[in-house]
Amino acid sequence: MKNPEEIFEQLKAEFGDVVLGIDKETPTEPLISIDPLKMNKVGAFLRDSDDLKFDSLMVLSGVDDANGAKIKDADGVDSISGGTLSVYYHLHSINLKHKITLRVSTSRENPQVESVYNVWRTSDWHEREAYDMFGIIFLNHHDLRRILMPYDWEAGYPLRKDYKNPEFYKGMKVPY
Amino acid sequence: MPLKTETMILNMGPQHPSTHGVLRLELDIEGELILSVKPHIGYLHRCFEKHAEAMTYPQVIPYTDRLDYLAAMGNNFGYVVAVEKLLGIQIPERVEYIRVIMAELQRIASHLVAIATNGADIGALTPFLYLFRDREYILSLFEMTCGARMLYNYMWIGGLSHDIHPDFVRKTKEFINHFRPTVVELNNLLTFNKIFIERTANIGILPIDTAINFGASGPVLRGSGLPFDVRKEDPYSIYNRFDFEIPTGIGLVGTVGDCWDRYYVRVLEMEQSVRIIEQAIDNIPEGNVQSAIPKRIKPPKGTAYARVENPRGELGFFIISDGNLNPFRVKVRAPSFVNLEVMGELCKGHLVADVIAILGSLDIVLGEIDR
Repeated sequence: MKNPEEIFEQLKAEFGDVVLGIDKETPTEPLISIDPLKMNKVGAFLRDSDDLKFDSLMVLSGVDDANGAKIKDADGVDSISGGTLSVYYHLHSINLKHKITLRVSTSRENPQVESVYNVWRTSDWHEREAYDMFGIIFLNHHDLRRILMPYDWEAGYPLRKDYKNPEFYKGMKVPY
Repeated sequence: MPLKTETMILNMGPQHPSTHGVLRLELDIEGELILSVKPHIGYLHRCFEKHAEAMTYPQVIPYTDRLDYLAAMGNNFGYVVAVEKLLGIQIPERVEYIRVIMAELQRIASHLVAIATNGADIGALTPFLYLFRDREYILSLFEMTCGARMLYNYMWIGGLSHDIHPDFVRKTKEFINHFRPTVVELNNLLTFNKIFIERTANIGILPIDTAINFGASGPVLRGSGLPFDVRKEDPYSIYNRFDFEIPTGIGLVGTVGDCWDRYYVRVLEMEQSVRIIEQAIDNIPEGNVQSAIPKRIKPPKGTAYARVENPRGELGFFIISDGNLNPFRVKVRAPSFVNLEVMGELCKGHLVADVIAILGSLDIVLGEIDR
């Protein structure tokens, strides 16, 4: 069993610059930041190395950090430009019983994160959900489609903080 | 002359009685043989996570009821544990005891539905009626406590909406006395029924490595033989004080990890829940169940992931607080959502009729899959 600081040091020694830092803002849940385009390599290492054995991905969550510039348009609706979208990975090792939380941040305009689908199969639908809700593109995902929203939903990504409900969807009025 | 065969796509659902809700399964079949199964979900999507961002922390609780509507107590529990972790507050003993009793009663009620519908799907209608009769006892206990039968809004952040009724302890003991023989009856009627075993043993075998990699949890994971239960592995509330076992699948009538094992784990778990209730019911300390409820719930900036063992598996709430009255982000790790992913793997090489048995053994609730 290792604590998140030790795991961070180990990752840092293994991957160097790919591991961006550790954020101890919440003492119970330190966040280790990883380069979004190297996530797959890090994930495989976390799963396979003998003293880490993170065999279970508890949850993968997309988050809109809403830290860009907020602009009000003519209707008074906020839109956000710049800033980041993040993906959080909560990992747990069933054998060794330790847990960590990883975070990757990617730009809002061109959000790209490497898929960990081939490391933890469970991330398949979680990644589709993050794509569906935030528009985060998971590179090398085998089947990146919308999952909860209709496949032909064109009005954007609902969980983004600046999402605007469309007036109509296929002739049906949306706001009730 | 050989018969001409070709692959056919068959849509099962969205309005199909055996899908336990509005789920569409796209089956690729060759005759009766399944080549692949693709679940299509989202028909019940109602933006719970978006709603939660617009509500204050306590206002989210009624929405959590509607995730896994067969185990609303468990959902309340998961959410309040997550918010309490963010707030870092201490909960009175009385509240903890009542919460555990409610969660375990809910587990029994939910497993009764799971077992009943699993049986009904493959033709055993009699147990369905018996089990719903017994579930009724539990629902009346809940009704007596908080007035609601399905969607309770019972567990609040730091406390409970109502104290228990003066008759609650007596009635719960009555229920336990009634329930113990019912399990024996159930085993005679359904569990060891030859037809039921023929339909479920050696069907939909889930190997343990696949189960872990697919993130399966709850009876689906334990049916494959791994004794993993959040109540033991990552104890929350006061579960570490109670003595109970984690039943796992051992392949009693078939192979480890088949439909029957997942089914039987639920039967055994109900007995363990009864054990926990028996240990807790006589030891409920005195106290006020609302004394620890904060006047203004405004957690400090930070993140918290808390998980609880819901009847269907590991229910997790990931909450990000930006220091305001409403959560910045709430992500639900719904056990059914994750358990359903493995459906495609389980059905390969089976027959169309087995799809029903496999889906029943996964015990999904679309309310929490689609959120």
